[in-house]
Amino acid sequence: MPEAFESIYQVLGRDFSNAGKVSTSIKDTLKRLGVSPAVVRRVAIVSYEAEMNLVMYAIRGKVALSVSRESVTLKVDDEGPGIPDINLALQEGYSTATAEMREMGFGAGMGLPNIRKNADEFDISSEVGRGTKLCIRILQAAEVI
Amino acid sequence: MASQYHHSLRFDVDRCEGCMSCMRACPTAAVRIRKGRAMKLADRCIDCGECIRVCPRAAIVPLTDQMADLSKFKYKIAIPSPALYAQFDTEVFPSMIFAALKQCGFDDVESVSPACDAVTIATEIFLNEYRGQYPLISSFCPTVVRLLQVKYPELVDQLLPVLAPREVSARDAKLRKSRETGLPPEQIGAVYITPCPAKIVAILEHPGMQRSHLDAAVSICDLFQTLAAALSPVQESEYKLDAAESADGLSWAFLGKFPRSLPAENTLSVAGLPNVIRILDDVEKGRLRKYSYIECHACPEGCVGGCLTVENPYLARGKAIRLQQSLPAGCIVERSEVEASYRKKEFLMDESLAGRPLSPLDEDISKAIIKMKERDRILWDLPKIDCGACGAPSCRAFAEDVVLGEADEALCVFRWQRVLGERIEELANLVRTQRQTIGGQP
Repeated sequence: MPEAFESIYQVLGRDFSNAGKVSTSIKDTLKRLGVSPAVVRRVAIVSYEAEMNLVMYAIRGKVALSVSRESVTLKVDDEGPGIPDINLALQEGYSTATAEMREMGFGAGMGLPNIRKNADEFDISSEVGRGTKLCIRILQAAEVI
Repeated sequence: MASQYHHSLRFDVDRCEGCMSCMRACPTAAVRIRKGRAMKLADRCIDCGECIRVCPRAAIVPLTDQMADLSKFKYKIAIPSPALYAQFDTEVFPSMIFAALKQCGFDDVESVSPACDAVTIATEIFLNEYRGQYPLISSFCPTVVRLLQVKYPELVDQLLPVLAPREVSARDAKLRKSRETGLPPEQIGAVYITPCPAKIVAILEHPGMQRSHLDAAVSICDLFQTLAAALSPVQESEYKLDAAESADGLSWAFLGKFPRSLPAENTLSVAGLPNVIRILDDVEKGRLRKYSYIECHACPEGCVGGCLTVENPYLARGKAIRLQQSLPAGCIVERSEVEASYRKKEFLMDESLAGRPLSPLDEDISKAIIKMKERDRILWDLPKIDCGACGAPSCRAFAEDVVLGEADEALCVFRWQRVLGERIEELANLVRTQRQTIGGQP
Protein backbone atom coordinates (compact mmCIF):
# COMPACT_ATOMS: atom_id res chain seq x y z
CA MET A 1 0.00 0.00 0.00
CA PRO A 2 1.80 3.16 -1.14
CA GLU A 3 1.86 6.06 1.29
CA ALA A 4 -0.50 8.89 0.30
CA PHE A 5 -1.34 12.24 1.82
CA GLU A 6 -5.04 12.93 1.77
CA SER A 7 -7.07 15.98 2.51
CA ILE A 8 -10.68 16.97 1.93
CA TYR A 9 -11.84 20.52 1.25
CA GLN A 10 -15.44 21.71 1.40
CA VAL A 11 -16.68 24.27 -1.11
CA LEU A 12 -19.96 26.21 -0.94
CA GLY A 13 -21.83 27.20 -4.08
CA ARG A 14 -22.08 30.97 -4.72
CA ASP A 15 -19.47 31.67 -2.06
CA PHE A 16 -17.50 34.03 -4.29
CA SER A 17 -15.66 35.72 -1.46
CA ASN A 18 -13.84 32.50 -0.58
CA ALA A 19 -13.56 31.20 -4.12
CA GLY A 20 -10.01 30.20 -4.98
CA LYS A 21 -8.88 29.52 -1.43
CA VAL A 22 -9.07 25.76 -1.79
CA SER A 23 -6.82 25.72 -4.83
CA THR A 24 -4.34 28.05 -3.08
CA SER A 25 -4.27 25.70 -0.11
CA ILE A 26 -3.80 22.63 -2.34
CA LYS A 27 -0.98 24.33 -4.18
CA ASP A 28 0.80 25.27 -0.93
CA THR A 29 0.49 21.69 0.32
CA LEU A 30 2.03 20.31 -2.88
CA LYS A 31 4.97 22.68 -2.60
CA ARG A 32 5.69 21.58 0.96
CA LEU A 33 5.61 17.98 -0.23
CA GLY A 34 8.25 18.74 -2.83
CA VAL A 35 6.05 18.11 -5.88
CA SER A 36 7.77 19.45 -9.01
CA PRO A 37 6.92 23.05 -10.11
CA ALA A 38 5.51 21.85 -13.44
CA VAL A 39 3.07 19.49 -11.70
CA VAL A 40 2.16 22.13 -9.09
CA ARG A 41 1.27 24.49 -11.90
CA ARG A 42 -1.00 21.98 -13.63
CA VAL A 43 -2.72 21.03 -10.38
CA ALA A 44 -3.17 24.72 -9.53
CA ILE A 45 -4.96 25.33 -12.83
CA VAL A 46 -7.07 22.17 -12.63
CA SER A 47 -8.09 22.64 -9.00
CA TYR A 48 -8.93 26.30 -9.55
CA GLU A 49 -11.14 25.58 -12.58
CA ALA A 50 -12.86 22.76 -10.70
CA GLU A 51 -13.35 24.91 -7.62
CA MET A 52 -14.81 27.74 -9.70
CA ASN A 53 -17.19 25.39 -11.51
CA LEU A 54 -18.37 24.26 -8.12
CA VAL A 55 -18.80 27.80 -6.79
CA MET A 56 -20.64 28.92 -9.91
CA TYR A 57 -23.01 26.02 -10.50
CA ALA A 58 -23.30 23.71 -7.50
CA ILE A 59 -25.06 24.00 -4.16
CA ARG A 60 -22.10 22.52 -2.35
CA GLY A 61 -19.36 20.01 -2.90
CA LYS A 62 -16.02 18.70 -1.89
CA VAL A 63 -12.58 18.38 -3.36
CA ALA A 64 -10.55 15.40 -2.20
CA LEU A 65 -6.82 15.64 -2.70
CA SER A 66 -4.57 12.62 -2.67
CA VAL A 67 -0.83 12.85 -3.22
CA SER A 68 1.38 9.83 -3.63
CA ARG A 69 4.89 9.36 -4.93
CA GLU A 70 3.41 8.54 -8.35
CA SER A 71 0.61 11.03 -8.82
CA VAL A 72 -1.68 13.78 -7.61
CA THR A 73 -5.36 12.88 -7.68
CA LEU A 74 -8.29 15.24 -7.29
CA LYS A 75 -11.80 13.91 -6.79
CA VAL A 76 -14.45 16.57 -7.07
CA ASP A 77 -17.95 15.66 -6.04
CA ASP A 78 -20.83 18.11 -6.03
CA GLU A 79 -24.51 18.40 -5.27
CA GLY A 80 -25.90 20.46 -8.08
CA PRO A 81 -27.81 20.65 -11.34
CA GLY A 82 -25.59 18.14 -13.16
CA ILE A 83 -24.55 18.35 -16.80
CA PRO A 84 -27.13 17.13 -19.37
CA ASP A 85 -24.67 16.77 -22.27
CA ILE A 86 -21.12 16.12 -21.14
CA ASN A 87 -19.66 16.03 -24.67
CA LEU A 88 -21.04 19.48 -25.30
CA ALA A 89 -19.71 20.79 -21.98
CA LEU A 90 -16.26 19.52 -22.92
CA GLN A 91 -16.17 21.64 -26.07
CA GLU A 92 -14.04 24.75 -25.86
CA GLY A 93 -16.14 27.87 -25.73
CA TYR A 94 -19.36 26.12 -24.74
CA SER A 95 -20.71 27.77 -21.62
CA THR A 96 -23.92 28.02 -19.67
CA ALA A 97 -22.61 30.88 -17.54
CA THR A 98 -25.02 33.67 -16.71
CA ALA A 99 -24.35 37.30 -17.63
CA GLU A 100 -23.43 37.89 -13.98
CA MET A 101 -20.75 35.20 -14.02
CA ARG A 102 -19.37 36.54 -17.29
CA GLU A 103 -19.19 40.00 -15.81
CA MET A 104 -16.94 38.56 -13.13
CA GLY A 105 -14.61 37.22 -15.80
CA PHE A 106 -15.76 33.61 -15.69
CA GLY A 107 -17.75 31.44 -18.04
CA ALA A 108 -15.58 31.60 -21.14
CA GLY A 109 -16.37 27.94 -21.72
CA MET A 110 -12.81 26.92 -20.95
CA GLY A 111 -13.28 25.34 -17.52
CA LEU A 112 -13.78 21.65 -18.30
CA PRO A 113 -11.68 21.68 -21.50
CA ASN A 114 -8.86 23.29 -19.52
CA ILE A 115 -9.14 20.66 -16.79
CA ARG A 116 -9.04 17.84 -19.34
CA LYS A 117 -6.10 19.43 -21.17
CA ASN A 118 -4.01 19.59 -17.99
CA ALA A 119 -4.89 16.13 -16.68
CA ASP A 120 -3.15 12.84 -17.46
CA GLU A 121 -6.29 10.94 -16.57
CA PHE A 122 -9.71 12.51 -16.64
CA ASP A 123 -13.05 11.03 -15.80
CA ILE A 124 -16.42 12.73 -15.53
CA SER A 125 -19.89 11.52 -14.71
CA SER A 126 -23.00 13.48 -14.05
CA GLU A 127 -26.60 12.99 -13.16
CA VAL A 128 -29.05 15.77 -13.99
CA GLY A 129 -30.66 17.11 -10.84
CA ARG A 130 -28.16 15.31 -8.58
CA GLY A 131 -24.63 16.44 -9.27
CA THR A 132 -21.34 15.90 -11.03
CA LYS A 133 -18.28 13.83 -10.23
CA LEU A 134 -14.85 14.52 -11.60
CA CYS A 135 -11.72 12.46 -11.15
CA ILE A 136 -8.46 13.96 -12.31
CA ARG A 137 -5.04 12.39 -12.07
CA ILE A 138 -1.77 14.12 -12.80
CA LEU A 139 1.33 11.96 -12.86
CA GLN A 140 4.46 13.10 -11.08
CA ALA A 141 7.30 13.66 -13.51
CA ALA A 142 10.25 11.26 -13.64
CA GLU A 143 11.74 10.97 -10.19
CA VAL A 144 14.60 13.21 -9.26
CA ILE A 145 17.62 11.15 -8.38
CA MET B 1 21.90 25.38 2.37
CA ALA B 2 20.71 28.61 3.92
CA SER B 3 24.05 30.39 4.12
CA GLN B 4 24.57 30.43 0.35
CA TYR B 5 22.10 33.31 0.00
CA HIS B 6 23.05 36.88 0.68
CA HIS B 7 20.86 38.92 2.97
CA SER B 8 20.55 42.59 3.68
CA LEU B 9 19.24 42.43 7.25
CA ARG B 10 20.91 41.57 10.51
CA PHE B 11 19.05 40.85 13.73
CA ASP B 12 20.76 42.52 16.68
CA VAL B 13 20.32 40.08 19.57
CA ASP B 14 21.35 42.68 22.15
CA ARG B 15 18.57 45.02 21.17
CA CYS B 16 15.88 42.42 20.49
CA GLU B 17 13.38 41.80 23.27
CA GLY B 18 11.47 39.06 21.49
CA CYS B 19 8.29 41.14 21.16
CA MET B 20 7.15 39.22 18.04
CA SER B 21 6.35 42.35 15.98
CA CYS B 22 8.67 41.24 13.17
CA MET B 23 7.42 37.67 13.32
CA ARG B 24 3.84 38.81 12.84
CA ALA B 25 4.74 41.22 10.04
CA CYS B 26 6.86 38.83 7.99
CA PRO B 27 4.99 37.93 4.78
CA THR B 28 6.95 34.73 4.19
CA ALA B 29 6.92 33.39 7.77
CA ALA B 30 10.71 33.71 7.93
CA VAL B 31 10.99 34.84 11.57
CA ARG B 32 11.00 32.69 14.71
CA ILE B 33 11.49 33.69 18.33
CA ARG B 34 13.99 31.36 19.96
CA LYS B 35 15.04 31.81 23.58
CA GLY B 36 13.37 35.21 23.68
CA ARG B 37 15.14 36.62 20.60
CA ALA B 38 14.08 36.95 16.99
CA MET B 39 15.96 35.03 14.33
CA LYS B 40 15.38 34.67 10.63
CA LEU B 41 15.15 31.56 8.51
CA ALA B 42 17.55 32.58 5.77
CA ASP B 43 16.06 30.49 2.98
CA ARG B 44 12.60 31.99 3.54
CA CYS B 45 13.63 35.65 3.90
CA ILE B 46 13.10 37.74 0.75
CA ASP B 47 14.62 40.96 2.18
CA CYS B 48 11.40 42.95 1.92
CA GLY B 49 12.20 44.89 5.09
CA GLU B 50 8.69 44.64 6.60
CA CYS B 51 10.41 43.65 9.87
CA ILE B 52 12.47 46.87 9.85
CA ARG B 53 9.28 48.92 9.64
CA VAL B 54 7.66 47.36 12.68
CA CYS B 55 10.57 46.72 15.05
CA PRO B 56 10.07 49.03 18.07
CA ARG B 57 13.70 48.59 19.21
CA ALA B 58 15.53 49.20 15.93
CA ALA B 59 16.98 45.73 16.40
CA ILE B 60 16.88 44.88 12.71
CA VAL B 61 19.82 46.48 11.01
CA PRO B 62 19.86 46.95 7.22
CA LEU B 63 23.26 46.03 5.82
CA THR B 64 23.51 48.95 3.43
CA ASP B 65 26.88 50.64 2.82
CA GLN B 66 28.06 53.64 4.81
CA MET B 67 29.69 56.68 3.24
CA ALA B 68 33.02 55.66 4.85
CA ASP B 69 32.92 52.34 2.95
CA LEU B 70 33.08 54.22 -0.36
CA SER B 71 36.61 55.56 0.04
CA LYS B 72 37.95 52.55 -1.86
CA PHE B 73 36.72 54.12 -5.10
CA LYS B 74 38.79 56.81 -6.83
CA TYR B 75 35.67 58.27 -8.38
CA LYS B 76 32.18 57.96 -6.94
CA ILE B 77 28.96 58.39 -8.89
CA ALA B 78 25.74 58.67 -6.91
CA ILE B 79 22.73 57.14 -8.63
CA PRO B 80 19.72 58.26 -6.59
CA SER B 81 16.47 56.35 -6.70
CA PRO B 82 13.78 58.81 -7.88
CA ALA B 83 12.21 58.11 -4.46
CA LEU B 84 14.92 60.36 -2.99
CA TYR B 85 13.42 63.46 -4.65
CA ALA B 86 10.11 62.77 -2.94
CA GLN B 87 11.71 63.01 0.52
CA PHE B 88 12.10 66.78 0.20
CA ASP B 89 9.67 69.62 -0.33
CA THR B 90 8.52 70.26 -3.87
CA GLU B 91 10.55 73.47 -4.19
CA VAL B 92 13.73 71.40 -3.81
CA PHE B 93 14.53 70.49 -7.41
CA PRO B 94 16.48 67.36 -8.31
CA SER B 95 19.34 69.59 -9.50
CA MET B 96 19.63 71.02 -5.98
CA ILE B 97 19.72 67.54 -4.51
CA PHE B 98 22.44 66.65 -7.00
CA ALA B 99 24.50 69.66 -5.86
CA ALA B 100 24.03 68.61 -2.23
CA LEU B 101 25.06 65.03 -3.04
CA LYS B 102 28.31 66.39 -4.46
CA GLN B 103 28.79 68.30 -1.20
CA CYS B 104 28.42 64.97 0.60
CA GLY B 105 31.42 63.47 -1.18
CA PHE B 106 30.21 62.20 -4.54
CA ASP B 107 32.17 63.21 -7.62
CA ASP B 108 29.16 63.06 -9.85
CA VAL B 109 25.46 62.26 -9.83
CA GLU B 110 23.53 60.39 -12.51
CA SER B 111 19.77 60.69 -12.89
CA VAL B 112 17.93 57.40 -13.33
CA SER B 113 14.85 58.82 -15.01
CA PRO B 114 16.28 58.80 -18.58
CA ALA B 115 17.19 55.12 -18.08
CA CYS B 116 13.62 54.56 -16.84
CA ASP B 117 12.37 55.96 -20.16
CA ALA B 118 14.72 53.73 -22.11
CA VAL B 119 13.73 50.63 -20.14
CA THR B 120 10.04 51.42 -20.70
CA ILE B 121 10.65 51.48 -24.47
CA ALA B 122 12.76 48.31 -24.27
CA THR B 123 9.93 46.65 -22.33
CA GLU B 124 7.43 47.66 -24.99
CA ILE B 125 9.60 46.16 -27.72
CA PHE B 126 10.08 42.97 -25.69
CA LEU B 127 6.34 42.64 -25.06
CA ASN B 128 5.56 43.10 -28.76
CA GLU B 129 7.91 40.29 -29.73
CA TYR B 130 7.25 37.92 -26.83
CA ARG B 131 5.45 34.67 -27.61
CA GLY B 132 5.71 32.76 -24.32
CA GLN B 133 3.44 32.31 -21.30
CA TYR B 134 1.45 35.28 -20.04
CA PRO B 135 1.42 37.43 -18.00
CA LEU B 136 4.99 38.69 -17.79
CA ILE B 137 5.94 39.98 -14.36
CA SER B 138 8.16 42.99 -13.71
CA SER B 139 11.67 42.30 -12.43
CA PHE B 140 12.94 45.72 -11.29
CA CYS B 141 11.96 45.14 -7.64
CA PRO B 142 14.50 42.70 -6.17
CA THR B 143 12.09 41.60 -3.45
CA VAL B 144 9.52 40.59 -6.05
CA VAL B 145 12.19 38.62 -7.95
CA ARG B 146 13.11 36.83 -4.73
CA LEU B 147 9.50 36.20 -3.82
CA LEU B 148 9.04 34.43 -7.15
CA GLN B 149 12.25 32.45 -6.79
CA VAL B 150 11.30 31.26 -3.32
CA LYS B 151 7.50 30.96 -3.35
CA TYR B 152 6.57 30.77 -7.03
CA PRO B 153 9.51 29.01 -8.74
CA GLU B 154 7.22 27.84 -11.54
CA LEU B 155 6.59 31.49 -12.50
CA VAL B 156 10.25 32.53 -12.67
CA ASP B 157 10.23 32.05 -16.46
CA GLN B 158 7.62 34.80 -16.63
CA LEU B 159 9.85 37.45 -15.06
CA LEU B 160 10.60 40.18 -17.57
CA PRO B 161 14.23 39.66 -18.65
CA VAL B 162 14.82 43.39 -19.18
CA LEU B 163 17.42 45.15 -17.00
CA ALA B 164 16.31 47.45 -14.19
CA PRO B 165 16.80 51.19 -14.94
CA ARG B 166 19.30 51.53 -12.06
CA GLU B 167 21.56 48.96 -13.73
CA VAL B 168 21.35 50.62 -17.15
CA SER B 169 22.06 53.97 -15.53
CA ALA B 170 25.08 52.64 -13.60
CA ARG B 171 26.54 50.90 -16.65
CA ASP B 172 26.23 53.94 -18.92
CA ALA B 173 27.49 56.41 -16.31
CA LYS B 174 30.56 54.31 -15.51
CA LEU B 175 31.46 53.91 -19.19
CA ARG B 176 31.09 57.62 -19.80
CA LYS B 177 33.05 58.65 -16.72
CA SER B 178 35.79 56.17 -17.49
CA ARG B 179 36.19 57.79 -20.92
CA GLU B 180 36.07 61.30 -19.47
CA THR B 181 38.47 60.75 -16.58
CA GLY B 182 40.76 58.12 -18.06
CA LEU B 183 40.24 56.01 -14.92
CA PRO B 184 39.72 52.26 -15.35
CA PRO B 185 36.04 51.32 -14.74
CA GLU B 186 36.90 49.26 -11.64
CA GLN B 187 38.10 52.42 -9.86
CA ILE B 188 34.77 54.10 -10.49
CA GLY B 189 32.11 53.28 -7.94
CA ALA B 190 28.44 53.46 -8.90
CA VAL B 191 26.52 53.98 -5.66
CA TYR B 192 22.76 53.58 -5.54
CA ILE B 193 20.93 55.84 -3.10
CA THR B 194 18.39 53.27 -2.06
CA PRO B 195 14.93 53.33 -0.48
CA CYS B 196 15.16 49.67 0.61
CA PRO B 197 17.68 47.02 1.69
CA ALA B 198 16.71 44.64 -1.12
CA LYS B 199 18.90 46.52 -3.61
CA ILE B 200 21.95 45.39 -1.64
CA VAL B 201 21.00 41.79 -2.25
CA ALA B 202 20.42 42.57 -5.92
CA ILE B 203 23.97 43.97 -6.14
CA LEU B 204 25.51 40.97 -4.35
CA GLU B 205 23.49 38.30 -6.14
CA HIS B 206 22.79 40.07 -9.47
CA PRO B 207 19.90 37.79 -10.51
CA GLY B 208 19.73 37.52 -14.31
CA MET B 209 23.07 39.25 -14.76
CA GLN B 210 26.66 38.01 -14.80
CA ARG B 211 27.41 40.89 -12.47
CA SER B 212 25.81 44.06 -11.22
CA HIS B 213 26.95 47.41 -12.59
CA LEU B 214 26.29 48.96 -9.20
CA ASP B 215 29.01 48.67 -6.58
CA ALA B 216 27.34 49.82 -3.39
CA ALA B 217 24.08 51.13 -1.96
CA VAL B 218 23.67 53.83 0.68
CA SER B 219 20.25 54.18 2.24
CA ILE B 220 18.13 57.31 1.92
CA CYS B 221 17.57 57.40 5.69
CA ASP B 222 21.30 57.17 6.50
CA LEU B 223 22.09 59.98 4.08
CA PHE B 224 19.12 62.19 4.83
CA GLN B 225 20.53 64.29 7.67
CA THR B 226 23.81 65.07 5.90
CA LEU B 227 21.99 65.73 2.66
CA ALA B 228 19.48 68.08 4.28
CA ALA B 229 22.34 70.02 5.90
CA ALA B 230 24.17 70.25 2.58
CA LEU B 231 21.02 71.47 0.89
CA SER B 232 20.57 74.64 2.95
CA PRO B 233 23.50 76.61 1.46
CA VAL B 234 22.47 75.58 -2.05
CA GLN B 235 21.11 78.77 -3.56
CA GLU B 236 17.68 78.15 -4.90
CA SER B 237 17.91 80.83 -7.59
CA GLU B 238 20.89 79.10 -9.17
CA TYR B 239 18.90 76.01 -9.91
CA LYS B 240 16.14 75.40 -12.33
CA LEU B 241 14.03 72.39 -12.94
CA ASP B 242 16.46 70.01 -14.53
CA ALA B 243 16.09 69.11 -18.19
CA ALA B 244 17.80 65.80 -17.40
CA GLU B 245 14.70 64.59 -15.54
CA SER B 246 11.91 62.85 -17.38
CA ALA B 247 8.30 63.10 -16.26
CA ASP B 248 7.59 59.58 -17.49
CA GLY B 249 10.77 58.24 -15.94
CA LEU B 250 9.97 59.65 -12.50
CA SER B 251 6.78 57.62 -12.41
CA TRP B 252 8.88 54.51 -11.79
CA ALA B 253 9.15 55.48 -8.13
CA PHE B 254 5.47 55.11 -7.28
CA LEU B 255 2.42 53.07 -8.03
CA GLY B 256 0.55 54.50 -10.99
CA LYS B 257 -2.78 53.75 -12.60
CA PHE B 258 -1.01 51.53 -15.09
CA PRO B 259 2.55 50.25 -15.38
CA ARG B 260 4.74 53.28 -16.24
CA SER B 261 3.88 54.66 -19.60
CA LEU B 262 3.10 51.27 -21.07
CA PRO B 263 -0.17 50.85 -22.95
CA ALA B 264 -2.90 50.46 -20.36
CA GLU B 265 -4.63 47.67 -22.20
CA ASN B 266 -4.04 44.27 -20.59
CA THR B 267 -1.56 45.52 -18.02
CA LEU B 268 -1.85 45.84 -14.29
CA SER B 269 0.10 47.43 -11.43
CA VAL B 270 0.15 46.15 -7.87
CA ALA B 271 1.91 47.42 -4.74
CA GLY B 272 2.39 46.04 -1.25
CA LEU B 273 3.54 42.48 -0.64
CA PRO B 274 0.25 40.97 0.55
CA ASN B 275 -1.39 42.28 -2.64
CA VAL B 276 1.46 41.07 -4.81
CA ILE B 277 1.13 37.63 -3.22
CA ARG B 278 -2.61 37.52 -3.98
CA ILE B 279 -1.99 38.49 -7.59
CA LEU B 280 0.75 35.89 -8.01
CA ASP B 281 -1.57 33.24 -6.54
CA ASP B 282 -4.02 34.14 -9.29
CA VAL B 283 -1.31 34.04 -11.96
CA GLU B 284 -0.39 30.57 -10.74
CA LYS B 285 -3.98 29.38 -11.15
CA GLY B 286 -3.94 30.55 -14.75
CA ARG B 287 -6.49 33.22 -14.01
CA LEU B 288 -4.64 36.24 -15.41
CA ARG B 289 -3.52 34.87 -18.76
CA LYS B 290 -5.26 37.67 -20.63
CA TYR B 291 -2.91 40.21 -19.04
CA SER B 292 0.35 40.72 -20.88
CA TYR B 293 2.31 42.47 -18.14
CA ILE B 294 1.95 42.92 -14.40
CA GLU B 295 4.07 45.45 -12.58
CA CYS B 296 4.71 44.46 -8.97
CA HIS B 297 6.12 46.70 -6.23
CA ALA B 298 6.85 45.06 -2.88
CA CYS B 299 6.46 48.29 -0.92
CA PRO B 300 3.19 50.10 -0.33
CA GLU B 301 2.78 52.81 -3.00
CA GLY B 302 6.01 51.67 -4.68
CA CYS B 303 9.63 52.71 -4.02
CA VAL B 304 8.48 55.93 -2.31
CA GLY B 305 7.18 53.59 0.41
CA GLY B 306 10.53 51.84 0.88
CA CYS B 307 11.40 50.95 4.47
CA LEU B 308 14.63 53.01 4.36
CA THR B 309 12.96 56.26 3.37
CA VAL B 310 12.03 59.00 5.85
CA GLU B 311 8.83 60.52 4.46
CA ASN B 312 5.36 59.06 4.83
CA PRO B 313 4.76 57.07 1.61
CA TYR B 314 1.54 58.90 0.76
CA LEU B 315 3.08 62.34 1.23
CA ALA B 316 6.10 61.18 -0.77
CA ARG B 317 3.89 59.89 -3.54
CA GLY B 318 2.02 63.20 -3.65
CA LYS B 319 5.28 65.09 -3.92
CA ALA B 320 6.57 62.79 -6.62
CA ILE B 321 3.40 63.36 -8.63
CA ARG B 322 3.70 67.15 -8.25
CA LEU B 323 7.34 67.07 -9.36
CA GLN B 324 6.33 64.97 -12.32
CA GLN B 325 3.58 67.44 -13.25
CA SER B 326 5.99 70.36 -13.16
CA LEU B 327 8.13 68.72 -15.85
CA PRO B 328 7.26 68.69 -19.56
CA ALA B 329 5.03 65.65 -20.17
CA GLY B 330 6.41 62.55 -21.82
CA CYS B 331 9.78 60.88 -22.11
CA ILE B 332 13.14 62.47 -22.93
CA VAL B 333 14.95 59.73 -24.81
CA GLU B 334 14.93 58.98 -28.52
CA ARG B 335 12.97 55.87 -29.36
CA SER B 336 15.14 55.03 -32.37
CA GLU B 337 18.30 55.14 -30.23
CA VAL B 338 16.80 52.83 -27.62
CA GLU B 339 15.64 50.49 -30.35
CA ALA B 340 19.15 50.34 -31.82
CA SER B 341 20.67 49.56 -28.39
CA TYR B 342 17.94 47.01 -27.77
CA ARG B 343 18.91 45.18 -30.96
CA LYS B 344 22.45 45.03 -29.59
CA LYS B 345 20.95 43.32 -26.51
CA GLU B 346 21.96 46.19 -24.26
CA PHE B 347 18.73 46.06 -22.30
CA LEU B 348 18.41 42.33 -21.81
CA MET B 349 19.57 40.21 -18.89
CA ASP B 350 22.50 38.02 -19.82
CA GLU B 351 21.74 35.09 -17.53
CA SER B 352 18.60 33.11 -17.01
CA LEU B 353 16.77 33.44 -13.71
CA ALA B 354 16.38 30.28 -11.69
CA GLY B 355 13.92 29.36 -8.97
CA ARG B 356 15.18 28.47 -5.52
CA PRO B 357 12.14 26.85 -3.93
CA LEU B 358 12.02 26.30 -0.18
CA SER B 359 13.18 22.86 0.81
CA PRO B 360 10.12 20.63 1.13
CA LEU B 361 9.37 18.74 4.33
CA ASP B 362 11.66 16.04 2.97
CA GLU B 363 13.61 15.61 -0.25
CA ASP B 364 12.07 12.15 -0.58
CA ILE B 365 8.41 12.65 -1.40
CA SER B 366 7.35 9.45 0.41
CA LYS B 367 8.97 10.72 3.59
CA ALA B 368 7.50 14.17 2.98
CA ILE B 369 4.03 12.61 2.80
CA ILE B 370 4.58 10.90 6.17
CA LYS B 371 5.80 14.18 7.67
CA MET B 372 2.83 16.08 6.25
CA LYS B 373 0.44 13.61 7.90
CA GLU B 374 2.32 14.07 11.14
CA ARG B 375 2.15 17.85 10.73
CA ASP B 376 -1.63 17.67 10.33
CA ARG B 377 -1.91 15.39 13.36
CA ILE B 378 0.03 17.89 15.47
CA LEU B 379 -1.93 20.82 14.03
CA TRP B 380 -5.23 19.16 14.85
CA ASP B 381 -4.23 19.18 18.50
CA LEU B 382 -3.21 22.87 18.53
CA PRO B 383 -5.61 25.74 19.36
CA LYS B 384 -5.22 27.31 15.87
CA ILE B 385 -5.36 30.85 17.20
CA ASP B 386 -1.83 31.72 16.08
CA CYS B 387 -0.92 33.36 19.39
CA GLY B 388 2.81 33.19 18.63
CA ALA B 389 3.84 32.36 22.21
CA CYS B 390 5.68 29.26 20.96
CA GLY B 391 7.87 31.47 18.78
CA ALA B 392 6.29 30.55 15.44
CA PRO B 393 3.98 32.88 13.52
CA SER B 394 1.11 30.38 13.24
CA CYS B 395 0.02 27.03 14.64
CA ARG B 396 0.61 25.55 11.19
CA ALA B 397 4.17 26.90 11.05
CA PHE B 398 4.75 25.56 14.57
CA ALA B 399 3.46 22.10 13.63
CA GLU B 400 5.82 22.13 10.67
CA ASP B 401 8.75 23.21 12.87
CA VAL B 402 7.96 20.32 15.24
CA VAL B 403 7.92 17.80 12.38
CA LEU B 404 11.21 19.17 11.08
CA GLY B 405 12.71 18.81 14.57
CA GLU B 406 13.21 22.55 14.98
CA ALA B 407 10.75 23.08 17.81
CA ASP B 408 9.41 21.06 20.73
CA GLU B 409 5.68 20.38 20.94
CA ALA B 410 5.86 21.29 24.64
CA LEU B 411 6.46 24.94 23.67
CA CYS B 412 2.74 25.40 23.01
CA VAL B 413 1.32 27.07 26.13
CA PHE B 414 -2.16 25.71 25.47
CA ARG B 415 -0.92 22.18 25.16
CA TRP B 416 1.15 22.74 28.28
CA GLN B 417 -1.87 24.11 30.15
CA ARG B 418 -3.90 21.07 29.13
CA VAL B 419 -1.17 18.65 30.18
CA LEU B 420 -0.86 20.52 33.48
CA GLY B 421 -4.64 20.37 33.97
CA GLU B 422 -4.56 16.63 33.37
CA ARG B 423 -1.75 16.20 35.89
CA ILE B 424 -3.65 18.21 38.51
CA GLU B 425 -6.71 16.09 37.85
CA GLU B 426 -4.64 12.90 38.21
CA LEU B 427 -3.13 14.15 41.44
CA ALA B 428 -6.53 15.16 42.83
CA ASN B 429 -7.87 11.71 41.96
CA LEU B 430 -4.92 10.11 43.65
CA VAL B 431 -5.47 12.17 46.81
CA ARG B 432 -9.18 11.33 46.76
CA THR B 433 -8.56 7.57 46.46
CA GLN B 434 -5.85 7.72 49.15
CA ARG B 435 -8.24 9.52 51.49
CA GLN B 436 -10.96 6.99 50.80
CA THR B 437 -8.49 4.21 51.44
CA ILE B 438 -7.30 5.83 54.67
CA GLY B 439 -10.82 6.88 55.68
CA GLY B 440 -12.18 3.41 54.85
CA GLN B 441 -9.89 1.76 57.36
CA PRO B 442 -11.31 1.20 60.79
